[in-house]
Amino acid sequence: MSVTVKIPAALRAYTDGLSDLALEGQTVGQIIDALVERYPDLGPHLKDDDGQLQSFVNVFVGSKNVKNSGGILAAVPDGETLMLVPAIAGGSGDN
Amino acid sequence: MDLFEAVGNTPLLSLSQLTAKTPGINVLAKAEFLNPGGSVKDRAAKSMLLDGLAKGRLKPGQTIIDATSGNTGISLAMMGAFLGCPVVLYLPANASRERKSLIKIHGAEIIETDPLESSDGAYLAVLKEVERNPDQYFFPDQYNNPANALAHYNTTALEIWEQTGGRITHFISAMGTSGTFMGTIRRLKELSPAIKGVAVEPSSPLHGIEGTKHMDSTIKPGLYDAALIDELVRISTAEAYSMAKRLARECGLLTGISSGANVAAALNYSAGLPQGSTAVTILADTGTRYLSESFWGV
Ligand SMILES: Cc1ncc(COP(=O)(O)O)c(C=O)c1O
Repeated sequence: MSVTVKIPAALRAYTDGLSDLALEGQTVGQIIDALVERYPDLGPHLKDDDGQLQSFVNVFVGSKNVKNSGGILAAVPDGETLMLVPAIAGGSGDN
Repeated sequence: MDLFEAVGNTPLLSLSQLTAKTPGINVLAKAEFLNPGGSVKDRAAKSMLLDGLAKGRLKPGQTIIDATSGNTGISLAMMGAFLGCPVVLYLPANASRERKSLIKIHGAEIIETDPLESSDGAYLAVLKEVERNPDQYFFPDQYNNPANALAHYNTTALEIWEQTGGRITHFISAMGTSGTFMGTIRRLKELSPAIKGVAVEPSSPLHGIEGTKHMDSTIKPGLYDAALIDELVRISTAEAYSMAKRLARECGLLTGISSGANVAAALNYSAGLPQGSTAVTILADTGTRYLSESFWGV
């Protein structure tokens, strides 16, 4: 079993144009690491200099934004969808 | 004076607190956040609406429709209320609650589009709706409407020219529709061909610099003219955040993230310029629009 990761249009140049990827992992952090391992050029766009997820990237597990509830430690059940959504500045983005 | 007449003629502020390390070089910033709608987009919205009215394409009471995640939507909603025209705006579902509220408070309607497709997705959805019902709407189409850049050609550029007494040597600005950059620099170069245009872009296609575009990974606006760009400066979201904070704490200027990007670019770039240079940049919108962002660190 794996997780479906949805890639925002802005980053598809780094994923061979793919919008949906199947990746393995049990937490948001593990799945993002698996993503960056497959497409190393994505790394600097998703993570800051300290290796933290960029503050302007929201992560949805299913329909829930886990950015401020669990973050990279949030669990991702098998078969679930993980969506990386660029936050539009000017608000919390958790609406 | 009416609402439309209150747009423009903004002060040109000196950023002397930030330029101590570069004596002899002037860095000035146009305070566009003081427009009635809180951003530079008031100029474009006013110009596109007046152009539509003058050409009979916007009829009294007709619905105004456009795609915008932010400031243009707020300007159109505000001016639509003033003109008595309904306003429908398409925006990505991930636009913030504050933005949506500002638009709705003026009575405009919001249609949400796929957040993964960002503002390009909202734009393509408006195109479809306008194709289906062409007679129902006035579609300013800010990315391709010459009246957007002309607002800056006819006002922003002339104000900067007068406010610097013709001494401006460099115009430095980020691009969304690119109307501000293209309209302003086109006129400035006509006034003095030696003036250089320095465009600012986010360093990554995934960025938090609201209102600006990473041109290579998005639909290029029709207004975009690469021939007017003498130099390109790339700024990261972290640099933009950090400069927005410095503007608030060291200059008393509460402005948005793209203003941080513009000033960061202006300071970096002007450090290498000859003595006596005068660089002008844009404080594009008010920081009150970004209060819930965590980067302020309050
Ligand atoms: C905050 C902000 N900065 C910069 C810009 C760029 O202005 P322009 O569309 O004239 O290129 C915009 C435009 O939407 C904006 O909202």
